[in-house]
Amino acid sequence: MTPTPRDYSLVGRDSALAEENGLVAAKWYAVKIDRKDLKRLMRRSDSPAIRDTLIWLALLVASGAGAVYFWGSWLCVPFFLVYGVLYGSSSDSRWHEAGHGTAFKTRWMNVALYHLASFMIFREPTIWMWSHTRHHTDTIIVGRDPEIAAPRPPDLRTMLLNIFALASSWKTLRSLLRHAAGRLSAEEATFVPQNEQARVFLIARIYLVILAAVALACAVTGSILPAMLIGLPSLYGGFMAIFFGLTQHAGLAEDVLDHRLNSRTIYMNPIFRFLYWNMNYHIEHHMFPMVPYHALPKLHEAIRDDCPEPYPSTWAAYREIIPTLLRQVRDPGYFIARNLPHNVEAVPHNPGAVFKAAE
Amino acid sequence: MTNEWTDACAIDDIDEEDVIAFEHDGHEYALYRTEDDRFFATDGLCTHEQVSLADGLVMGTIIECPKHNGRFDITTGQTKGGPVCEHLKTYETQVRDGRLFIRTG
Repeated sequence: MTPTPRDYSLVGRDSALAEENGLVAAKWYAVKIDRKDLKRLMRRSDSPAIRDTLIWLALLVASGAGAVYFWGSWLCVPFFLVYGVLYGSSSDSRWHEAGHGTAFKTRWMNVALYHLASFMIFREPTIWMWSHTRHHTDTIIVGRDPEIAAPRPPDLRTMLLNIFALASSWKTLRSLLRHAAGRLSAEEATFVPQNEQARVFLIARIYLVILAAVALACAVTGSILPAMLIGLPSLYGGFMAIFFGLTQHAGLAEDVLDHRLNSRTIYMNPIFRFLYWNMNYHIEHHMFPMVPYHALPKLHEAIRDDCPEPYPSTWAAYREIIPTLLRQVRDPGYFIARNLPHNVEAVPHNPGAVFKAAE
Repeated sequence: MTNEWTDACAIDDIDEEDVIAFEHDGHEYALYRTEDDRFFATDGLCTHEQVSLADGLVMGTIIECPKHNGRFDITTGQTKGGPVCEHLKTYETQVRDGRLFIRTG
């Protein structure tokens, strides 16, 4: 396959190409589901997320307390490992679900969880709310989607740095400083509305004040323990976020108007599903983003006959993803074409990097 | 488009706490029925990205857009949560003889 470098910037050549090719805010394929069934699946409830959030917070407090108790000995390491994953990785799925407003039925609970989890995953809530909105409008459309984690060729160095959220956190830190100074980047200006900008600037200042307070607490106590509990867990505990996150779209088709071809549904074990809040049903989530995380397994059953075969495990997904990413380093035109079941409706699509390649 | 009452549908065409689409003169409307049997009408497309609200979810007097979960109050058309910024236009409704009329235009 011919290498075809793309321009992933939101203000570059492929952004204009996406417009020309009718890929912007386009009509996407959706499996037909009876309205009554879909309404049942979309129904909101507070109880699953209250239960899961209480368990999550209790585990955070317990592991954090254990880490503090054993601070200074090696015994604190397993406690920090658990605390870090709950803080720096599972906050990703909480941020995500609450951002969609589907975690709880009660609005303020979604808002509260969204802001808490945003800080924990070290993302600016307003910027990422709008970025994620665009990701759902133009999923893996080059030049439009700000959340393409594995561009072609993939940036392996950044991916490796992000095992501990280093590149992403550095980017966030620079953004915080820019926003605290009252400025948006040119790319951010393409998806953050004017009337939301003041909120971006205010929250950036609040984040910086919190980080400064943690740094001050470290200086006063002469210990990095405060930062190990607030701030640093986003880094040392962030590895499961990228582990889950890369499975969503990496290596699959670009510029297709069908989530079955650019997203993965993977069967995961119950612990992963708790940490990830069922986002392993990623085709289902993208096709019907109003369905809460706790109803995704039922949605999966409802549409599975129209979808490609799910991956039987995370391991199976990575056996595809890792070789694909390595191959894309030297052959950026390569991608995994998912097979739809026979006799299932397919949408005409642009097969990724083959269409009108950027120079 | 005329500024008149238009016969939109039978009231039983809309389930309780639900929404349907109605097209008239090339314009799409969304018709709502609440759990306590009140009827409302708004423009049919989300003001954010022109997605049909008839595929959305009615919760009380809130309609949630199916694409990005933007929310509107169906009684006033006011936005109730991102990513929508622009209010939705509402239309008067009347129920006569088991049918729902809306004041178009």
